[in-house]
Amino acid sequence: MKYIDEFRTGDVARIIADKIISESDPGRTYHFMEFCGGHTHAIARFGIVDLLPGNIRMIHGPGCPVCVLPIGRVENAIQLAQMPQSILCCYGDVLRIPASNGMSLLKAKAQGADVRMIYSSADAIDIARQNPQHQVVFFAIGFETTTPPTAIAIKQAQQLGLKNFSVFCNHVLTPSAISHILQSPEVRQLGLVAIDGFIGPAHVSVVIGSQPYDYFAEEFQKPVVIAGFEPLDVMQAILMLIRQVNSKRAVVENEFTRAVLPQGNTKAQSLVADVFELRRTFEWRGLGVVPYSALRIKSCYADFDAEQRFQISTPVIADNKACECGAILRGVKQPQDCKIFGSVCTPDNPVGSCMVSSEGACAAHYRYGRFRQHRAAIAVNQ
Amino acid sequence: MSGIVKPGYTRALDLKRGHVEMAHGAGGRAMAQLIHQLFLPAFDNEFLRPMNDQACFPGTNGRMVMSTDSHVITPLFFPGGDIGSLSVHGTVNDIAMSGARPCYLAASFILEEGLPLADLKRIVDSMAKAARSAGIPIVTGDTKVVEKGSGDGVFITTTGIGVVPEGIHISAARAQPGDKILVSGTLGDHGIAVMSLRENLTFHTDVESDSAALHDLVARMIAAIPDIHVLRDPTRGGIATALNEIAQQSAVGMLLHESEIPIREPVQAACEFLGLDPLYIANEGKLIAICAPQDAKMLLQAMRTHPLGANAAIIGEVIEDTHGFVQMQTRFGGSRIVDWLSGEQLPRIC
Repeated sequence: MKYIDEFRTGDVARIIADKIISESDPGRTYHFMEFCGGHTHAIARFGIVDLLPGNIRMIHGPGCPVCVLPIGRVENAIQLAQMPQSILCCYGDVLRIPASNGMSLLKAKAQGADVRMIYSSADAIDIARQNPQHQVVFFAIGFETTTPPTAIAIKQAQQLGLKNFSVFCNHVLTPSAISHILQSPEVRQLGLVAIDGFIGPAHVSVVIGSQPYDYFAEEFQKPVVIAGFEPLDVMQAILMLIRQVNSKRAVVENEFTRAVLPQGNTKAQSLVADVFELRRTFEWRGLGVVPYSALRIKSCYADFDAEQRFQISTPVIADNKACECGAILRGVKQPQDCKIFGSVCTPDNPVGSCMVSSEGACAAHYRYGRFRQHRAAIAVNQ
Repeated sequence: MSGIVKPGYTRALDLKRGHVEMAHGAGGRAMAQLIHQLFLPAFDNEFLRPMNDQACFPGTNGRMVMSTDSHVITPLFFPGGDIGSLSVHGTVNDIAMSGARPCYLAASFILEEGLPLADLKRIVDSMAKAARSAGIPIVTGDTKVVEKGSGDGVFITTTGIGVVPEGIHISAARAQPGDKILVSGTLGDHGIAVMSLRENLTFHTDVESDSAALHDLVARMIAAIPDIHVLRDPTRGGIATALNEIAQQSAVGMLLHESEIPIREPVQAACEFLGLDPLYIANEGKLIAICAPQDAKMLLQAMRTHPLGANAAIIGEVIEDTHGFVQMQTRFGGSRIVDWLSGEQLPRIC
């Protein structure tokens, strides 16, 4: 398939893999965090780890929008869906996020709530127009990639004078999350998480550009390579990171030149700036409360803000004690370090959010890579 | 078909503008009329014609197989088929996957009040055509009508029986390490064709459902290689689910080679933009075959001589694995698990 196969060619992968092996220093270990769930998914789905030498360690970051949503916000969404005469619209894998008491939007749907999976924010507008007697709430989540479509939906709703449409906004920001990780005591002081560089987001960077990452490279002396979501993009980015580390450089490089400009998509940025403003704080699952890390709807669009229309207050609900999602999202632990991984917690019965979306570190490892654990165990026993 | 023709009614069924009414399932004249003017002429055969509450047909020597399948699908009509043809193919294929020759079908309809009779006629005609071209008569049936809102247009349950030829022992528990895994053609066509018409997901594709009766292909396969170990049609959950089921039943692992798996480009493209994996997408006219390694080449050749097996391929082999993992060597050069489907396949956000 054109524009896909070119980026999945095994022959090219082997050439890059050979370069990675020859250019990496066998006397040291390289720790690279791929921030985005899209990269986590690509690494697992294409078996990229098999092509890397043992001294390249990939750490899965918190860039999975489903994974970082705190339980309280999911509870809010379930309550909105359960209101009489309401329709809650959301993207696909949001349906499965576990809330407390074994609930999820999927279970609320089975119990009679009208929850609709949509592919585009425009679908939510259509549903609102077709159901004037219902309150239609769009459960908007995601990083900078999904924010502009939400802004368009809100502006459209205003133009159409829709009285029955609102948005429950949970959009979060990538740069603040990366800063938070780099400033965390685990990275800065305790040295629990060694990060030698970042694979920067693909689709997020299409919107925000490469400039916002300059600060991390400069302030924290960490190289960043923005990469596409195809497996060859990831391989090439790893090679570029190794070269930066070896030459003691720490700059932002763009591997995803076919889509990312330094300034990003300015039209999308101005749409977002028109509709949203920064929240002072927002709770992230795994990272805790992160300052200025999320967006809320501006007061001039308050009519379409579900938080105001329905007087939503978000409870603080702790994760299941046995669940290690928090530590996994911060890169402190790996999925297989969690006691309930693959036993109590599976994609069919996710306890933690990282087991929900296939972009989540746990689900990606379970679905695509868990045989390696057994292979390693057999090798040890022999 | 149950029901007795009573003389006296005059107005013919309005198959152009009429709708299914509660009376069509009430056991009275309206029901008899529906049977006589719609079902009977379409399905007509010597076993159905006596109009008893049961079909009577000659018995056969040998092992018999029986299978039943309920068909619910939205939309009722899709490129390459409809619920009528699908309900024939589904059960015929379930029978055929034992190596059996399907002999008779029974059909049971649950109709929703308000269904246009024109749609019902189209479905019944398509079902009759599918049964006739498969050479398998629909010998008995039943009709019920549920109130508007209690159904989804029409649900069809079909039941079939067939006879297994002597010496054929096909079972999902017979896969052995070393065996080769074959598929009869491109994967995911049916699921993508249906998905392209779903509400809020309309996209244009030339992909048609692969819905087809596979018993003739199976007959040709067992004629070439009688000792096929496993046959399975990878319907819901796709090839991934079917292979995991076989791995579990046979207590083995599997190793697939991604580069050998036939998938049409438009199916691959649709899966890319919807964030889905074609290995989990439904097929309605494909089969998986597992046989001893020395038989694989000849089986492949036999499959390719049949129109429904023209794109057949050897896609992997059965391996020893106490965990029963289905693994795949990716085209990229890595390896990964092809796991059981968990819940519904939901699109990713990014």
